[in-house]
This record gives sequence, C-alpha cells and structure tokens, in this order.
Amino acid sequence: MAKIIVVTSGKGGVGKTTSSAAIGTGLALAGHKTVIVDFDIGLRNLDLIMGCERRVVYDFVNVINGEANLKQTLIKDKRTDNLFILPASQTRDKDALTREGVEKVLNELAKDFDFIICDSPAGIESGAMMALYFADEAVVVTNPEVSSVRDSDRILGMLSSKSRRAEQGLEGIKEHLLLTRYNPERVEKGEMLSVEDVKEILAIELIGVIPESQAVLNASNSGQPVILDKDSDAGQAYLDTIKRLLGEQVPFRFLTVEKKGFIKRIFGG
Amino acid sequence: MSVLHCADLSPATLHTLLSAKLAQAPAFFLQAPIVLNLSDATETPDFNRLKNLFAELKLVLVGVTAANPEQKASAHAAGLAVLQAGKAALKTKEPNTSPPVAEVSDNKAVASAAASSSVAATMDSKVIEQTVRSGQQIYAKGTDLIVKGAVGAGAEVIADGNIHIYGSLRGKAIAGASGDTSKRIYCYNLQAELVSIAGNYWLSDSLQGKFWGKSACIKMQDDSLVISELV
Ligand SMILES: Nc1ncnc2c1ncn2[C@@H]1O[C@H](COP(=O)(O)OP(=O)(O)OP(=O)(O)O)[C@@H](O)[C@H]1O
Ligand SMILES: [Mg+2]
Repeated sequence: MAKIIVVTSGKGGVGKTTSSAAIGTGLALAGHKTVIVDFDIGLRNLDLIMGCERRVVYDFVNVINGEANLKQTLIKDKRTDNLFILPASQTRDKDALTREGVEKVLNELAKDFDFIICDSPAGIESGAMMALYFADEAVVVTNPEVSSVRDSDRILGMLSSKSRRAEQGLEGIKEHLLLTRYNPERVEKGEMLSVEDVKEILAIELIGVIPESQAVLNASNSGQPVILDKDSDAGQAYLDTIKRLLGEQVPFRFLTVEKKGFIKRIFGG
Repeated sequence: MSVLHCADLSPATLHTLLSAKLAQAPAFFLQAPIVLNLSDATETPDFNRLKNLFAELKLVLVGVTAANPEQKASAHAAGLAVLQAGKAALKTKEPNTSPPVAEVSDNKAVASAAASSSVAATMDSKVIEQTVRSGQQIYAKGTDLIVKGAVGAGAEVIADGNIHIYGSLRGKAIAGASGDTSKRIYCYNLQAELVSIAGNYWLSDSLQGKFWGKSACIKMQDDSLVISELV
C-alpha cells in the first residue's frame, strides 16, 4: 500500500520544497519507489530544486484534465533510482486542481509507488487543503519562530478536521514535526525558540531538526537535493530524518552551538 | 471574537456586508465566531434566519451584545449568547469588525450590570479529547467544556458553563457565555490571550504576574474577575 505524505506548514518560505525534495530522495535512496508531487500550482519550483526544470513537458494539471497520461508526465530522476517527480503547472492557477481529479491521479500513483510525497503550497486555502486532504502522514515544517509555530498549529487543526481521514472518521493523519533553519546560536541568545519550546507548544512527535545551513543554498543553486550532499550538516540531518520516518531510533544532532576547534580558533573559519 | 455593528439587519444587507468583509480576508474569517452588536438596530430580526445566513458564509453567529430586552429574549430563544457590551462599543456608529478588546480603553475587567439571563448547565459536558489548534473554535452550548489537551494561541473555547483545560491555555477562553457569572475557568497552565466570564474579560496583559504559566482558576467576585491558584 502506498503511503501518502504531505509536507505542509501554513507559513510560506519555511522549507517545504527543500524538505520534500530531501525526503523524496532519501526514501528512494533507501530503496522505496517514490514520487514527489508538486501541489504548488502556478509557483512551481520543486523541479528547480530537483534540477529537472528543463525536462518538464506535461504537468499535474494536464494529467487531471486528461491531456496527458502519467507515464508521459512523470519525470524520472537522473541521479537517484526509484525516484520520480510530478511537476506542477506554471501557467494555471490553484483552482485547476479538483478533488476528484487529485484523487484519480493519487489512486493511479498508489498502484506503482511506495511513497507519494505531496509538496504543499503555503497558506490554508484550497491548494494547501488539496495537498493535505488525502494524506496518511504529514510532515509539518516549522521554523523556530512564533509566527511559523502559530501557522503550524493552524495546519495541525486542519489536518485533524479537514482531511479525508477526519471526514470519514478513520484513524487520524500521523503528524510529524520537522524543525528547519534551526540556528543554535540564535536560540542560545534567545532570539529564536528552542526545540523544547516548539515541541511543547505543538505537542507532536519530532521527526527531525535541520540546521540553518549554507549547504541548502548551494544545493538549490545547483539543482541537487541537499540530502545528496552527505558531508553537510543539513544533508546528514535529513538522512537522520528519513531513518526516523522509516521507524529507526536515531539521536538528534546539530542542536547545540559547535565549539570551534583549536585550528579554527587560530585561523578563523 | 469579532464584533459586527450593523444598523440594518435585513438578510440582504447583512449578506452584502459580510461578503465584502470576507472578500478582504477570507482566511481570517473562516468559521470565525461573530458577535452582533445591536446598539444601532431598532428592530428585532429573525435570529434563526441570521444564524443560517452566517453559516452559509462559513461564519458562526455566537451571540449578540447591546441588545434591548425584546432583542435579548428573541436572541436567547434562538440559542444565542447574550453578551454585555464594552463601554466604548456602545458609542461606535461606523459598521466595523474588531475584537471587543480593542474597544475598551481600560483593559481591566469591564464590569457592568449583570446579564438578564442565565442558563443552568444540566446537559452532559462537552469533552474535547485533543488539543484545540489555532483558528479552531469550540462552543459548548448550555453546558461545561472539558479540553484534555491545550488551547493554542489563536484558538477559542466558549462555554455557557464552566471551562476546564488540562493543557496550557494560550488562546481565548470564554465561560458563562450566556451571562452566568457563577461560571469559572480552570486551566493547568495559564498563558491566555483573553479570559472572560459572563462578558467580563481580561487580556493577556492583565494576566501577567503571579499566575502566568501556572495552574489557575478564574472566577467572578464582587463584579470583577479574580484569579486564584488551583492547588
Ligand atoms: N536549512 C536551511 N538553511 C538555510 N536555508 C534554507 C534552509 N531550508 C530552506 N532554506 C531556504 O529558504 C528558502 C525557502 O525554502 P523553500 O522554497 O524550501 O520553502 P517553501 O516552504 O517551499 O516555500 P513556499 O512556501 O514559497 O513554497 C529557500 O531560499 C531555501 O534555500
Ligand atoms: Mg515550496
């Protein structure tokens, strides 16, 4: 049975697409056949982060409208086996997605894939609702600041009331907290909320903490998901996150300020 | 809560007014609880019809304020809460929506005459098993409300009876919503945006101090709110 995981946040720009790309790639690396679906109709950028923007021919809306089939539309990732991308349309607006259309496409994907990762647009309007409606699990991407936490709380409310599982009285969506852009230095100075603060407010299980990292910017500039940068802090934090998503117990890293080593202290860096 | 002032309560006028507001900020108003300020309205509208109108627009009409006795009786019959108006609210003529707190110069409790009606909590309490999230609201009509989780910032819990919150209260809690001043709010960890009993309310500013972040009980005593320790 395919598992549908929505990557959502309420607030914009917190790292949903970065995380969708990393999670999709990580699951595929672990041997699971995975597709990442871009629900951000009109503002697509998953293809940029995955480095496949020049290979987009058809898109999600074409499939819904019957203008292309899935086989023609899915883009096979060049670097990672088992990984596919269903790109969003850049030219349509959000209302191009209908619930029936989305359901049809997800059902068809479910026959073939182990994991379906839905990269949600920001906000709580129809596009975001569409991305979360059919989910079995949710990765709630949150930055350690008050407004992001508030919006995540709001989205958690939606997950528990406006999803298919809620409406049909099924077992609720499994919710995971993914804290991104975590900057231990700023937490120590009291400029940002700590992991503990966020956990206490949102009261859901923590699946990962991704540090604020230059590696993320480098990765998106080169069109390569950061999880493939295995030496980077953010890449490793996403790898840990995938292990936890697959049920492994992994200790959390990158939570405290790194003490500068002797060499670094002398030569800077 | 948003308070809506409107002199003409005909469904057509209200529909136009509300639609215009919704167009400005659809997300903000989605399923928002609204109190209707009747200070400018001379007639008594059909409240059941208004409730349906609000519901069609995905809003919740929870109560009325500044009502005359006839309006009060009719609102009550339609199952609406009868709240007391803040002092400044009565003077406002412009139709606008704003939280009642913004209309009160002094953010201590607004203690005015006791409400004319009260509802005894005889029904089973309403029990919420999980956390009430930002943007959600829960109304326990004619009874007590028990929340086993927390009430998030930006969430609202309203009860005609008492409110018990076994997690942190970071949002708004409104007990005795139909005017019963004997109702109380109990919470495990007080960090509220607003607490109100029978229309008397305190904002977060007035709650800072000894009980902030602690378990607390809020009740009415001699026409004003008082907080005490739970244990
Ligand atoms: N851990 C991180 N460290 C540094 N920068 C990051 C990190 N995560 C994300 N960013 C940056 O934040 C910006 C927004 O990221 P991203 O596009 O993934 O967010 P989003 O939630 O998908 O945004 P939108 O709501 O617009 O869809 C990007 O510039 C990205 O490179
Ligand atoms: Mg995005």
